[in-house]
Amino acid sequence: MTREEIDILMGELLDDSLELEFEEFCSICHASEDFVVELVAEGVLEPRGGDRMHWRFTGRSVRRTQVAIRLHEDLDVNLPGVALALDLLEEIERLRR
Amino acid sequence: MDFKDYYATLGVARDASADDIKRAYRKLARKYHPDVSKEADAEARFKEVGEAYEVLKDPEKRTAYDQLGANWQAGQEFRPPPGGPGGARHFHYSTSGAGGEQFEGFSDFFEALFGQGRAPGGMGGAARGPQGFRYRQAGPTRGEDNHARIQIPLEDAFRGASRTLELRNPDGGQRSIRVAIPRGVTERQRIRLAGQGAPGMNGGQAGDLFMEVAFEPHPVFEADGRNILVTLPVTPWEAALGETVGVPTLGGRVDLKIPAGSQSGRRLRLKGRGLPGSPAGDQIVTLRIETPPAASDDARKFYEEMRVRLPFNPRGNMGG
Repeated sequence: MTREEIDILMGELLDDSLELEFEEFCSICHASEDFVVELVAEGVLEPRGGDRMHWRFTGRSVRRTQVAIRLHEDLDVNLPGVALALDLLEEIERLRR
Repeated sequence: MDFKDYYATLGVARDASADDIKRAYRKLARKYHPDVSKEADAEARFKEVGEAYEVLKDPEKRTAYDQLGANWQAGQEFRPPPGGPGGARHFHYSTSGAGGEQFEGFSDFFEALFGQGRAPGGMGGAARGPQGFRYRQAGPTRGEDNHARIQIPLEDAFRGASRTLELRNPDGGQRSIRVAIPRGVTERQRIRLAGQGAPGMNGGQAGDLFMEVAFEPHPVFEADGRNILVTLPVTPWEAALGETVGVPTLGGRVDLKIPAGSQSGRRLRLKGRGLPGSPAGDQIVTLRIETPPAASDDARKFYEEMRVRLPFNPRGNMGG
């Protein structure tokens, strides 16, 4: 293996093929488990798997959760408001493309 | 350092009520929130507004700030008075939480008035606090996540590549890392580099680096997810009679059969010729018929002959 190969960092692509377990997902997002549970209850996140013990979140959900946390904390938006804002932001992004 | 006019930042009078200040802050925070705003300087403005609110919402800090006097102009060279604002001892802000908290992410002006400098030794790491600002807590704490945007040519997304990033350390130094761009990455996808964010404190682990991918504009191709879009100019006779023509793809030139009777705007699919993945994207070819210019006598004669021999009204269904 060459030195260049050693130095290249391989990242994790946060796409729909990546599945993260509940605890790891919370850790990556810097989110409490309770907050993530509330986001799921609000329909902001739709994990795969049946019950909470078996939830698996896609890599794409990381961004959604991080934005949800910022909107909730920075603007004091409640969770239904966060859900609405996220949907509208995604719609705007889609229309801008 | 420059004086900060926090009242001007929030657009309120010096005698504004707490409610007025809160209302002004909320409005500006929504306007400049980096996740919502498309303003070029949104993040910087959001921080300024947050800093102003941090001072003016708190009666103690607001009083200390007001003691500096009303004659200062924003941007005016400012030196903190000895002993702190109003000649009192250096004002130190702390919350009621055990261990004390030290705000960061604020300007030097703020820190000169209300803080004791950044990253005091022995304090804990950063956690997310109100209004998006961070405060340090006692105990091991994970470092902050960092976010970066990387612009790459489409060819790099097709083949995979690596890029060197220059990262700024909290101490002001720089470090370089070389990161792999995975083959098949699409626009706005993010790559997480675990442990490449800000260092943790008191033994806490480092934060992560989130890298968002953007594509450089390409003269031929446009990406739509994993699909690659291309507009292909064809001649009227290629479209009318059908023809096999060469089409550029990210993987090289391929032959495409244009069906007879094609019109401008017809879309043809080259399956699997888009960005790689499971499944790979397609290349979508949109035909655009280009007519040769009637630039010579011969060409003009030929067009005249076509007018006579090929009667055709493309506006027939428009009543034209």
